[in-house]
Amino acid sequence: MKNVKLLLKLLVLVIAVILPLLIKAPYQLHIIILIFIWAIIGTSWNLLGGYTGQVSFGHAAFFGVGAYAAGLLQFHLGVSPWWGMLLGPIIAVVISLPIGMIAFRLRGPYFALAMLALGEIFRLLFINLPFTNGAKGILIMPDITSKMFYYYVGLAALALTLGVSYLIVKSKIGYYLVSIREDQDAATSLGIPTTLYKNLALIPSAFFTGLAGALYMNYVAFIDPNIVFNLTNISVMAIMVVMLGGVATTWGPTVGAALYIILGEVFRTTLGSANVLVFGVLVCVIILFLPNGIVGELDILRGFMTRKKEGATGGVKA
Amino acid sequence: MSLLEARDITKKFGGLAAVSNLSFSVEKGEILGVIGPNGSGKTTVFNCISRFFPLTSGELYFKDKRIDELPAHKICEIGIGRTFQVVKPLKRMSVEENVMAGAFLRTSSMHKARQKASEIIDFCGLEKYKYREAKSLPIPLRKRLEIARSLATEPELLLLDETCAGLNPKESEAAIALIRKIRDAGMTIIIVEHIMKVMMGISDRILAINFGSKIALGSPQEVASQPEVIKAYLGDAYA
Repeated sequence: MKNVKLLLKLLVLVIAVILPLLIKAPYQLHIIILIFIWAIIGTSWNLLGGYTGQVSFGHAAFFGVGAYAAGLLQFHLGVSPWWGMLLGPIIAVVISLPIGMIAFRLRGPYFALAMLALGEIFRLLFINLPFTNGAKGILIMPDITSKMFYYYVGLAALALTLGVSYLIVKSKIGYYLVSIREDQDAATSLGIPTTLYKNLALIPSAFFTGLAGALYMNYVAFIDPNIVFNLTNISVMAIMVVMLGGVATTWGPTVGAALYIILGEVFRTTLGSANVLVFGVLVCVIILFLPNGIVGELDILRGFMTRKKEGATGGVKA
Repeated sequence: MSLLEARDITKKFGGLAAVSNLSFSVEKGEILGVIGPNGSGKTTVFNCISRFFPLTSGELYFKDKRIDELPAHKICEIGIGRTFQVVKPLKRMSVEENVMAGAFLRTSSMHKARQKASEIIDFCGLEKYKYREAKSLPIPLRKRLEIARSLATEPELLLLDETCAGLNPKESEAAIALIRKIRDAGMTIIIVEHIMKVMMGISDRILAINFGSKIALGSPQEVASQPEVIKAYLGDAYA
């Protein structure tokens, strides 16, 4: 069973690696690169929002700061924005520390509201601060224009994000994070320093969201505060991607990102101006009828099947 | 040296003193029962010991070290485990994962935590439900799971809050058998319970409180014959 799973993962990786050799069309590659970026954001959000249960409406702050770190490096110093792939995540982590200090004092919906406000504060700051070039945004001239290159960078970044997230979740930290989500008081009574562990979830979450931001800057080559700090198009979309694919599952955000981007494109090209409406209805239907997301529902179904096989004793494994 | 000593602990909620000037100590290896009518402050005493509530005044000592200024999560680390009256299972985790979450306090290794969890699950008689989600368990098993989870943190002192509440006579007998088993394994226990039969049978000493103050402390027979205790439970006419 374990071997089959490993083989499956290898197969996915091999397909992902040879895919751009088969698909030469830049449009299709562009869509896949966007999927990679969103899968990274979703996987990062999932660490904090899915596993730890701290629903953040402010992940745009980390995304935007990551993107601006790369952009401003080029804009002010003329340094290659690729250094932003290193600097962006680090700065995202740096801003996540005070954000955590403020927001983790609050629980549940109050935490979500605080994060929403913090995300918006960053948008306003980057419009108005003197060194950010304001609402005009930042335009860079990328050295590399081959989509295939960005495809592989995106794939590597996603693989790294998934790997780190997987390692965290399958370790002691992961157990503690889920405990905090399920019952914070019970977690405290088990000796879990809840604030510390929430921060331990926030830091990688901010790091990889910042990485996605820096990658976005390099790839799209133009950002302004209303794009990268956008509440609906970044913060809420991050949540949607995870909800659709499966909260607190390894592959959920990736599946969610793929569906979201592809469906969005399909509707946009076929339905004309009604696309947003149809898309919205579809999202409502999915949340109503698949509340655990696609991967989540599959997991439940699989658990149900194995339990059936093992008899009515309640899934006692050998 | 007492394992736990409370000196004049007081907890006020606004103008209401839920616990006032309460002093008692717990010796190693004994079961101390805490009784009192509804709202007399039993659970508040627990919440004060486990630092879920800060004390208004007074001092708490565990193994001669002052603990009333530690953060709540440290209490478990120094060896005081607790259960909750209103059970708080980690719902979407399996029984095994619940207990593992407790076991991780003393180890970081996945393998050791799983081994430890499995021992404790056997000890508590939950092996049949090991892979069940906690939210699918009925109340008696959830109460058992609470105990198993806090046992996994290897406490020296265990605070049990109404482990038999809501159980039928047969289920509470099983619960009492488990508590005895824990005591025989060398653990010190403070237990809050409403069912007098349970308390009289299981406790070495009983602390009776009413309106947050101590009204009696001694062996079960002594406490049961105290007029103050009878008055608190049955009214003036019977004292």
